[in-house]
Amino acid sequence: MMRRILATARTEFRIALRNRWVAIAVVLMALFALVLSAAGSAPTGDLGVDRLSVTVASLTSLAVYLVPLVALLMSFDAVAGEVERGTLPLLLTYPVARAEILTGKLLAHLAVLALAVLAGYGLAAVAAFWTDSASLAGLPALVRLGWSSLLLGATFLGAGYALSSLARRPSGAAGLAMGLWLGAVVLYDLGLLAAVVADDGGWFTTTAFPFALLANPADAFRLYNLAASEATAAAAGMAGAASTIPLWQSAASVLLWPLLALTLATLAFRKVTP
Amino acid sequence: MTPTLTISRLTKSFAGMTALDAVSLTVEPGARVALLGHNGAGKSTMMKIILGLIPFDSGTVEVCGAAPGSAAARAQVAYLPENAAFHPALTGAEQIAHYLSLRGENPKQALALLDRVGLHAAAKRRIGTYSKGMRQRVGLAQALIGKPRLLVLDEPTSGLDPVSRRDFYALLDGLAAEGASILLSSHALTEVEARTDRILILSQGRMVATGTLADLRRMAALPVSLHVTARNGYASEIAAALPGAIRAEGDVRLDCAQDEKLGLLARITGFGDKVADIEVVPPSLEDIYSHFSRRDGQ
Repeated sequence: MMRRILATARTEFRIALRNRWVAIAVVLMALFALVLSAAGSAPTGDLGVDRLSVTVASLTSLAVYLVPLVALLMSFDAVAGEVERGTLPLLLTYPVARAEILTGKLLAHLAVLALAVLAGYGLAAVAAFWTDSASLAGLPALVRLGWSSLLLGATFLGAGYALSSLARRPSGAAGLAMGLWLGAVVLYDLGLLAAVVADDGGWFTTTAFPFALLANPADAFRLYNLAASEATAAAAGMAGAASTIPLWQSAASVLLWPLLALTLATLAFRKVTP
Repeated sequence: MTPTLTISRLTKSFAGMTALDAVSLTVEPGARVALLGHNGAGKSTMMKIILGLIPFDSGTVEVCGAAPGSAAARAQVAYLPENAAFHPALTGAEQIAHYLSLRGENPKQALALLDRVGLHAAAKRRIGTYSKGMRQRVGLAQALIGKPRLLVLDEPTSGLDPVSRRDFYALLDGLAAEGASILLSSHALTEVEARTDRILILSQGRMVATGTLADLRRMAALPVSLHVTARNGYASEIAAALPGAIRAEGDVRLDCAQDEKLGLLARITGFGDKVADIEVVPPSLEDIYSHFSRRDGQ
């Protein structure tokens, strides 16, 4: 089983390399991380926090948008592309389980994400250390941001595979993936914000709002990193919410979402008849 | 010997359209069976059911002693799809190495396999640059991986030139001699004639004929055509003496049933010196195929 998964992962990584996905993901993350490092240099002194912790707080806000985007861009083609190229029927006659095919693709795409995250966060860390030697204090937060970014990526990779299986055509899958990104990452928060404002401190704000945040993998990711980080104060917006939700709850959401998304992806892929 | 493939009264319909209607078939080890039929006759549907890619409505299918599409069946069955397609960004060698790994074989065999199908020179080039015939060869190479007991080949020779086609059949002969069963489909009887042990003709989902080429010839009982070349001036006399004969460009032509052929030949040789030559033209392979596949009022 392992052998088939690794063979699939190796081939998929090679394809990602040739399709420039590796280069695109790495350059994208590195560029944005550098811009954030440069732009975020001003407030350091006032907060009394080390430079890297501040950087981690800004990187968290960056990762919430970029990691799901890169994950969906890589995954929407995973099944629909095979259907369109006509490569799926032959692949499915091989003694390889559908779950093994998806796991192989997931490993390859996670490796691409890991490279991008490493490049982006690594550059940001180097920039922080360069200007502030006390940055060592922020290193655990950066490591935590790193692995939770991969889990966030796995969630959206799984969602992308599920949409790819449901759409069966790459154009349809791309549309669904972009819709999911807009909905889960951008509009969801806007909707919550509107609801909180309209509610004005009522039942929704006190009871439903924390659950609404935990139910969204992107929000849970942001909550987890900000609550766990020493730099909570540096991220103004989420500070209030982060303090009311226990750390274990956001951690559980960050851990459970990838499993849920990948289960959905496997179920959707099983329904595809070549 | 237990059959490699047993199909009994297999029926499958798509949205009310009957694709396969009570088709039965047995393929023994080492047998080369050709599946013939028009587009939409049910050939690809039948193959996909054998491979376990699509479900069927009723009947039984047993592949290498297991259910179609089960892990045990998939481990012993190789497939070459019609218009074999692969990821354009991979090279031929990388693609075959991947398939080798999926079957638990050593991926280092890739170059040797590509060599066997005559693709050695292009093995390190991306499949995106290949011609249709070259992709078909990659498809054939992957079908040879790991000594399969059953090869299901969907129009394997489409896109191959006549020389490659002959090489391809030579490869199949070798596999069959080692005990592999081969089920291949084709549009044309001319492509499969001498290289298969048995021919099945599907028409609108039903098996309309099965047997060797000689069996099909006999069952079709199509008329034989005789072309008689007369010596100068005798053509009219010969034509008048043979009922049903017509004159065409100085020749005399007539059709007769198989069993009347020898009697008629004896009469023609009875003309002695008046006849310069006789040519016996049996029904062509296309005639036989059309006879069976058009029987349903097409």
